[in-house]
Order: sequence, then C-alpha cells, then structure tokens
Amino acid sequence: MVWKTHDYDNIPGTYVFDGKQSSQSYELNKLFYSLNEAGNREALWNDPEAYMANFNLSDEQRDALRNNNFLEVVKKGGNIYYLAKMAIPRGISVQHVGAQFQDITVDDFRQKLEDNAEGFVEKLNKVGGYWNG
Amino acid sequence: MAKIIGGITSSHIPAVGNAITQGLTQEPYWKRFFDGYQPAVKWLEEAKPDVIIVVYNDHGLNFFLDKIPTFAIGCADKYINADEGWGLNAVGDFEGDQAFSWHLAESLVEQEFDICTCQEMKVDHGFVNPMRVLLEKEKDWGVKVVPFAVNTVQHPVPSGKRCLKIGEALGKAIESYPEDLRVVIFGTGGMSHQLQGERAGLINVDFDIETMESVISEPEKFASLSNAEIIEQAGTEGIETIMWLVMRGALQPDAKLIHKHYHAPISNTGAGVLVLENQ
Repeated sequence: MVWKTHDYDNIPGTYVFDGKQSSQSYELNKLFYSLNEAGNREALWNDPEAYMANFNLSDEQRDALRNNNFLEVVKKGGNIYYLAKMAIPRGISVQHVGAQFQDITVDDFRQKLEDNAEGFVEKLNKVGGYWNG
Repeated sequence: MAKIIGGITSSHIPAVGNAITQGLTQEPYWKRFFDGYQPAVKWLEEAKPDVIIVVYNDHGLNFFLDKIPTFAIGCADKYINADEGWGLNAVGDFEGDQAFSWHLAESLVEQEFDICTCQEMKVDHGFVNPMRVLLEKEKDWGVKVVPFAVNTVQHPVPSGKRCLKIGEALGKAIESYPEDLRVVIFGTGGMSHQLQGERAGLINVDFDIETMESVISEPEKFASLSNAEIIEQAGTEGIETIMWLVMRGALQPDAKLIHKHYHAPISNTGAGVLVLENQ
C-alpha cells in the first residue's frame, strides 16, 4: 500500500485532512461526531474512559484525548471542526486550541491574529472602492 | 421564467452567530464588521428574492465522514438547524421549494454534474450565519431556500475551476425553470484562516483582497489556482473561499458590483462581503 504524495504535504505546521488522515482517524472523528448529542457529551464528561471504550481508538489517540493534547489529536487525524465539538462545550474556544498548538497564551494568539491583519484598511484604500463606514 | 437577481458572498464564522445572539454587534470589536453588511442587507431587502440558494459546507452536522458528497443539493420542503455539539439553541426552520430543487438537480445532472440529492438535510452554521446576518432574522425567514453543499472539509475537495463550472451550470438550471421566481445566491465561507496545526492563526490580507478583486471581475484567475496553492496562501480552512466561485459562475460575467467590504480579523478569519447584481 502506497499513499500518494501531494503538493500540500510540506506546508509547515499544516495537516491537510485528506483520505490518509481521515482513514486513520475514522473512529476518533466518529467519537467527536457523536458529541452533537447533548447526552453523549454528558456521558463523555462523566466517564471518559468508558465513553472512549465505545470507539476503536489507538492507545496514542486515547492518550491525546486524556491529556487534551490537541496538536497530537490533529496529527493523528482528528479533524479540527470535529475536535471543536469536544472543546467548545467545555469553554475551550478554537482560539484556545490554536494557542495550544503553538504553546502560547490565548491573548498572544489573539494578538498574532491582529498583527497578521495589521494595516488592512490602508490596503483596502489603496485598491479602492471598499466600504469604510 | 426564474431570474437570478444577484449574489452575495459572506464568511460564515461561528463567532458571528454568537455575537448576534449576545447582542454584541455594536461593540467595538464587531461594529465595523457588522456595519459593513448594512448595504448588503438593504440590497437583499430590495431584491425581494422568492428563493435564496445558499452555497456552503457542512462541518459535521448533516454529513459524517462515512459519506461525503462532493456536491449536494437539498430537495426537501423543510430544513432544520440543530446542535453541532456546542449546545447552542437552533434558529427557526427554513422552508424549501421541492419542485425548484428537483428541477435544479435534474438540470445539473443533464449538464453532466452528478450531484447528490438530499431529502433530509440539517443545516449548520455555514448555512445559518449568512442567513442571520443578511436577513437580520432568527426565524420566519420570509423566503424559501435551497441548501447547496460543497465538500471543503475532507480532501479531495473540488477545484476552484470545478466550482466555477458547476456555478455556470447552476445559472443555466435556474434560468430554465418555468416559474417566475426571483433568485439570489449566497456564496459563503472563507476567507483566509487556518484553525489547525502550528500554522493556526494565519490571515493573509493581500491574498484575500486579490481573491475579492478576482471574484468580482476575473473569476477565472482565482479559479486557476490549485487547492494546494490556495491552502498555502489562505490556510487549510481558507479553502472554503472556492465556494464563492459557485455563486460567481451562476451570475453574468459582467455582473455589476454593488458593494464590497472586508474586515480582519473576525475571530480567526479574514471576512469578506461582495454584492453582485445581474444586469
């Protein structure tokens, strides 16, 4: 069995969710998907080990969930939208998750977003025609 | 005959729904973003559409990874919003138009776009948030809808070129429908953002502006990029912006620009709004 390589494989810090990722993490994402039901969320919080036992997870995947190691979850094929179903109800926003990926505080992560967008109004003015209040 | 009045693009960021629910739209963080929607809200009100076709991607509410259609169209008389795992209250149900939806499916397949038809379809924030911000309602929407789902979650994801082409076919399908319907199309998602991995937090303002300008007047240019190129520039979740091309393809090549608005960051994302009107 040979997994085909892709142009997106070597983008740093990026794990494109494709067939290779999705197939190795099918049961993990199935667990996340089950959390659309409030009752399942409660069952997971009440007894994480018992709930995880309902799914055919690898030891590494179980460890990553136990430790809230979100980077490992993503590396092991957890889809970020699916992962959010576990994080958000516990008050862990996607920005908290993003901060954890980089081992920085959530305030630093938010600042990074602001920095990345800095000067956008000037750029819009240069192109022209954009709404600006 | 049915007529396409125009199209609107919008990001569908979850935090936008929360800001509306919590009454934060005039708070400093949100004000510029929401105020810039007002010309689009007004245009839509005056356009008086009978049907809105919403091009969006599902994020694991209706479709699980066991079956992922590349393109899917709702053919139901009703669509419901539901809990995506975040415990939020659902907005009011949306009314469908079965005869119109089935006509679109039939015409697309005749034009060699083999789309998945859905007679039950839950719609998530990707569909709901653009409706909330552009109609300024939470229920009793006063317009029928057709959900048009594109897989942008699990690769292989269709190319921008394919999205533009299915949009062209969708335009022909709409305009061959015998009833005098006024139709508006929303192209949702994007713009630049990456939620996962150590590169999370990416926002690429230059690329977003180039994309908006391209979608307005030269959609082939944005459509010529490979998905790997878009991911590199706009982030893994920025790939959603290809859905704008479905809307753009359905409109006339010389559709008139009514409004353009951009703000960043909103939550983790560069957020763009376009209003284009057919001549």
